[in-house]
Amino acid sequence: MAEPIVDARGVHKHFGALHVLKGVDLAVSERELVFVIGPSGSGKSTLLRCLNRLEEPSSGSVVVDGIDMLDPRTDINHARRRIGMVFQSFNLYPHMTALGNVTLALRKVVGKSRAEADELGLAALKRVGLADRAGHTPGQLSGGQQQRVAIARAIALEPRVMLFDEPTSALDPELVGSVLEVMRDLRQSGMTMIVVSHEMGFARNAADRVVFMDHGLIVEQGPPASIFENPTQERTRAFIGQIQRH
Amino acid sequence: MSTWDRFVETFFNAKVMLKYYPDILSGMVVTIELAVLIVVSGLLAGLALALLRALAIRPLNWLIIFVVDLFRSLPPLVIIVLIYFGLPAAGLSPSGFVSTWLSLAFVLMAFSEEIFWAGITSIPRGQWEASRSTGLSFWQTLINVVLPQALRLTIPPLTNRTIAITKGTALGTVVAVTEILGQASSAMSNSYNPSPLMMGAAAYIVLFLPVVVAARWIETKFAWKR
Amino acid sequence: MIETFLNPEIIAAIWPIVLAGLWNTVLLSLIVVPLGLMGGLMLALLATIHHPLVRWPLMAWVDFFRAFPPLVLLVLLFAGLPFAGLELGGFACVAIAFFLNTGAYYGEILRAGIESVPTGQVEAGRSTGLSRLQAMTHIVLPQAVRNVLPDLLSNTLEVVKLTSLGSVVAVPELLFQARQAQSVTYSPTPIVLAAIVYFLLLWPLVRLLSRLENRALAGRR
Repeated sequence: MAEPIVDARGVHKHFGALHVLKGVDLAVSERELVFVIGPSGSGKSTLLRCLNRLEEPSSGSVVVDGIDMLDPRTDINHARRRIGMVFQSFNLYPHMTALGNVTLALRKVVGKSRAEADELGLAALKRVGLADRAGHTPGQLSGGQQQRVAIARAIALEPRVMLFDEPTSALDPELVGSVLEVMRDLRQSGMTMIVVSHEMGFARNAADRVVFMDHGLIVEQGPPASIFENPTQERTRAFIGQIQRH
Repeated sequence: MSTWDRFVETFFNAKVMLKYYPDILSGMVVTIELAVLIVVSGLLAGLALALLRALAIRPLNWLIIFVVDLFRSLPPLVIIVLIYFGLPAAGLSPSGFVSTWLSLAFVLMAFSEEIFWAGITSIPRGQWEASRSTGLSFWQTLINVVLPQALRLTIPPLTNRTIAITKGTALGTVVAVTEILGQASSAMSNSYNPSPLMMGAAAYIVLFLPVVVAARWIETKFAWKR
Repeated sequence: MIETFLNPEIIAAIWPIVLAGLWNTVLLSLIVVPLGLMGGLMLALLATIHHPLVRWPLMAWVDFFRAFPPLVLLVLLFAGLPFAGLELGGFACVAIAFFLNTGAYYGEILRAGIESVPTGQVEAGRSTGLSRLQAMTHIVLPQAVRNVLPDLLSNTLEVVKLTSLGSVVAVPELLFQARQAQSVTYSPTPIVLAAIVYFLLLWPLVRLLSRLENRALAGRR
C-alpha cells in the first residue's frame, strides 16, 4: 500500500481524569472515504479534531501529508491549509458574506489579492451550487446552504484531506440531502475524506471503509458491507442492531 | 420686586452673565479637551489590556486583573487627589489637568477592559475553531473574525460607561483645573452671584445631553441582530 | 519611599480620624443607596405606564440627570441655594443630589429589568386573580431584580464611590478627613492610607461583581 496520507498512531487523549482516546491507530489512503461511527462519548469527534490539532493529543503521533502535526517546530497554520474541516454547527462568520467567509483564509493565509481570492471563492461556491448566494450573509441562508458555504470555505484552500464532524446532525431532515450531494461530488473528484456521522445510508453507498469506535478505541473496521451485514465483534453487532431499529 | 423677578435677578443676572460668559466658554474648551483625551487614551489602553489578556499568560493576567480591580475600586476623586497631592513627594509634579486626565483615563481603561474582555469571551469557540482550521493564526483570527463581532457587542455598555466617566471632568475643579465648574465657581465668588453657576450648568447640559441622546440611539442601532 | 507614602508615625497619629471618616462614608452609603433605589423604583414603575404624556417627560428627566455631572449638581445645591435663602448643610445637599442622580441610573436599570420579564408572567398572575400591584410586587419585581442584579450591584458600587464627592462640600467622610490630615501633616500618607481603606472596602464587591458578570456571560453562551 502506498504511504497513507493520514497516519495516526497510538493517539491518547485525556481530558483531566477522563481518558477519551485510549491508543487509536488510523491510516487513511489517498482518495479514501472513511466513515467513523460509534455511540456518543466514543471519542470519534475527539479523534477527528486531533488530526488537525484542534485538540492536542496527550501522546501518540499524527502525520498528515508528510507533515508531523505534533512537532512544535511545525508551522501549524501552514499545515492546516492542507486539511479542511467542516463542523456540526457550521461556524460561519456572521459578520461576513458567504464570499467573505470563503475568501478570508485565501487572502490572509495564502496571500491572494482580493480579486484573485474572489475568483477562487466564487469557483468554490459554484462547486457547492451557491454562486448566486455569494453576497448573502449567513443569517440570510438556510441551514443546508450555510453548511454548503462552510464546505466551500474549506475546499477553496484546495486541501489534501477533508474532515467532517457530524456535518448533517444539526440540519432539518429535508436539508440533509443537499449537503450529502456535495459530499458525494467531492468524493467523485477524488478527495480524501474522513467523516464522523450518523448518516448510515450515505456510509453504505459512498464509504470505502467504515470504522467503529467505542470507549476510545477502534473496535472494528472494514468495508461497509461487512461492518453492516457481518460484524465480527459483539459490540459492533449491538451498535448496528440499535441503529438499524430506527 | 416680585419673587420671580428677584429670583431671575439673582440666578440669571444679565450683567453678571455677560461679564463672565467668556470664562465659561473657555471652561467648555478645557472640558472638551479633557474629555477627548480621556476617551481616546482610556479606550485604547483598555483594548490593549484586553488583547494582552487574550494571550492567556497567567502571571500577566493576574497583573492585569489586579490593576483593573484597583481602578474599579477607587473613587476617581481619590485617584486625582493621590496623583496631584501625592506624587510631588516622589519628585513628580503633575498639573491639575494632567492629574484629572490620567485619573479618569485609568478608570476608563479598567472599565473598558472588562467590557472588551466580556465581548471577546462571548464569541463562541466555534468561530475560533473554524478560523484556525483554515490556517489563520491566533492574531489573524482575533483581528478578522473575533474582534469585529465582539466590538459590536461592547458598544452599548461602552457608551454608557464612557459618558459616566467623562462627566468626572468636573472633578478637576478640586485640583484647580480651569474647566467649566472651576471657572463658574471663581466667577461666582468674584461676583458674589450664582448666575455663573447657572451658566456652567447650562454649559454641561449643552455638552452632555446630546451625547446621552446619541448614546441612546447608538444602543438601539447596535442591538445585535441575529 | 515608605517613609514618605506610608509614614508609620503619621499613620499612628491620624488613624482615628481616618476611621471616623470611614464610618461616615459607610453611614452615608447606607442612607444614600436606599434613597437612590427608592427613587429609581418610582421612576421604573412610572415607566410601566406607556402613555406618551408620561413617557417623554420621564425620559427627559432620566436623560437630564444622567447627563448632568453629580458634582455640579452638588455645588449648585450647596453654593447656589443659599442665594435663594436656602442654607442646606453639606449632608442634605449630598442626599438630594444623589437621590436625583443615582435615582435616574437605578431607574434605568430597574426599568430594563422589569421589561425583561415576559408579559406572560403578569398574565398568568392576573388570571389567578392577583391585582396589578400584587402581580408587580410578587411576580415581576423579584424576577426583574434577579435579571439585573449585576447592574444593580455595579451601580451601588458607583454610589459608594460617589460619596467621596462629599469631601468637596465639607461632609466629614473618608476623603475629606484624609485631605484635612494631609494639609496638616504636609504628607501624602493620609491620602495613601485612605486609598488603601477605600480599596479594602470596595474590592470584595468588585471581585463579586466580576464573578457574577462572568457567570452571566457563560450562561448566555
